[in-house]
Amino acid sequence: METLTSPLAGLRARGIALGGAITVYLLLGGGAVFLLVGCLQSTRFAQLTVSGLAVGAAYGSLALALVLIYRATHVINFAQGELAMATTYIAYQLIQWGLSYWEAFAATLAIAFVLGTALELVVIRPVQHRSVIAAVIVSVGLFILIDGVVNWIWGGGIRFMQSPFSGSYDLGGVNIQHLYAGMLGVVLGCVLLVWALFRFTKLGLGMRAAALRPAAAALAGVRVDWMLALGWGLAAVLGAVAGMMYEPSQLLLTPTFMQEALVYAFAAAVLGGLESPGGAVVGGLAIGVFLNLLAGYLPQVVSLEVPFAFAVLLAILLVKPSGLFGRREVSRV
Amino acid sequence: MTALLELQDVEARYGPVRALHGISLAVEEGTIVAVLGPNGAGKTTTLRAVSGTVRRSGKITFAGRSLGRLGPAAVARLGIAHVPEGRGTFSELTVWENLRLGGYTRRGSIEPELERVFTYFPFLSERRRQHAGTLSGGEQQMLALARAFVQRPRLLLLDEPSLGLAPVLVAELFRIVRELNEKEGLSVLIVEQNAHLALQAAQNGFVLEAGKIALAGTSEELRADDSVRRSYLGY
Repeated sequence: METLTSPLAGLRARGIALGGAITVYLLLGGGAVFLLVGCLQSTRFAQLTVSGLAVGAAYGSLALALVLIYRATHVINFAQGELAMATTYIAYQLIQWGLSYWEAFAATLAIAFVLGTALELVVIRPVQHRSVIAAVIVSVGLFILIDGVVNWIWGGGIRFMQSPFSGSYDLGGVNIQHLYAGMLGVVLGCVLLVWALFRFTKLGLGMRAAALRPAAAALAGVRVDWMLALGWGLAAVLGAVAGMMYEPSQLLLTPTFMQEALVYAFAAAVLGGLESPGGAVVGGLAIGVFLNLLAGYLPQVVSLEVPFAFAVLLAILLVKPSGLFGRREVSRV
Repeated sequence: MTALLELQDVEARYGPVRALHGISLAVEEGTIVAVLGPNGAGKTTTLRAVSGTVRRSGKITFAGRSLGRLGPAAVARLGIAHVPEGRGTFSELTVWENLRLGGYTRRGSIEPELERVFTYFPFLSERRRQHAGTLSGGEQQMLALARAFVQRPRLLLLDEPSLGLAPVLVAELFRIVRELNEKEGLSVLIVEQNAHLALQAAQNGFVLEAGKIALAGTSEELRADDSVRRSYLGY
């Protein structure tokens, strides 16, 4: 007890926390320098890095969706990837019906928002108050349900959806495909918009308050139940962005195309700290680049990508469960 | 004159455990009312019954409207601010964000409101960008009060505001509550262990024992009562 209350111990604890933060930033800075030097040295490396960042952004967006829901309700939403897959099918269908790509994109985001909100209201809310595990099991059920519905409507066959970005441009001798540049830009733009919503609007403040301390938020007049439903809606929007942007990089649309991405998104979220929105995005980018370089330079291990993501997940949980940016629970007495 | 807040035969329960056994009390507009009683008597539950954070039955009316089945967010929107025990500040948010949450139910800018609040709590103005978790316990309690005040309530529910605070801060806190009451006509229902302070600030008081009202009266009457003196004032 004495060591806990002594000021020295407090200082030491703070020093360790500060040291941890510095280590994380050194690690990230080192990684960034490594990528930059590699890009300058080799065009192949640069291309792999750009496409890795682009798919990584999609993982990051999906990871952010997981983190938003986890922060608000402590539920890991296993259906997040399938929801993203289903909304991508909706975009595909809208394009088939004659909408332009961006009209379909915008309409799909709106549909995803309504769908996410409705799922929370109808499926999650009734079990939310019982236990977290009940909600998690319901989300697994939702995974199967969405999968079944998509297979029923569109069938399990392969479909093609064009990318809105075609061609490529030359950047200092490096041939960069518009597909990846556009993907990176759109996903990060959407993530930034969601961040701004949370950071600068009254609604966002209400959502953060509802996630942090529901009881106290309600006393301030925040309709907590509504905030949670809106959170699901926003998460579904992020997932839809990830799905629609990720699909062209996979070249085909099948009912299983987001399942690998979900595994990477889990790894990204855990790497970032599960409670940290920024960490999820950084984690997604890191995993995207890493796996892409791995597959690019060691093509013989391509089939080990998913097991590798699991290994990363396991390693983080063993070595640093709070991830890169997660805070350890500190309660002041 | 009808009271601003009126409780009639209010019962409240946590699961199968009944915490209030039919209490009736009233808060007149513009007064401070103290609720005294030993631990576990149902003081906190009384406040929670009003703000809708516990299951309750019986009649609760506020400004002529029944609070019946309203939840906490709806009650807050009617003009009741509840500062719970343990402050209820959001330590992960900045001071400004905490105050902004206080004005969550209000439309438009809260800047004029903030100016007014900063005249009572000047230190908050300099620290508006700071995370609330970096404030001291006393400062956090002040922030909780300031946040409730930004809400511009007609009735303030204060739960153990002195808990864990240095005597100097407790005195300051009560001075501000009295000033708000005198200058702005704010009505206050306050639960407080420190019966001296509570009865000094309040015009009326109630003593709760085992979920029932044991005694009610003006502060002078309660101070003169033998059992109150022995149990709560200590002389």
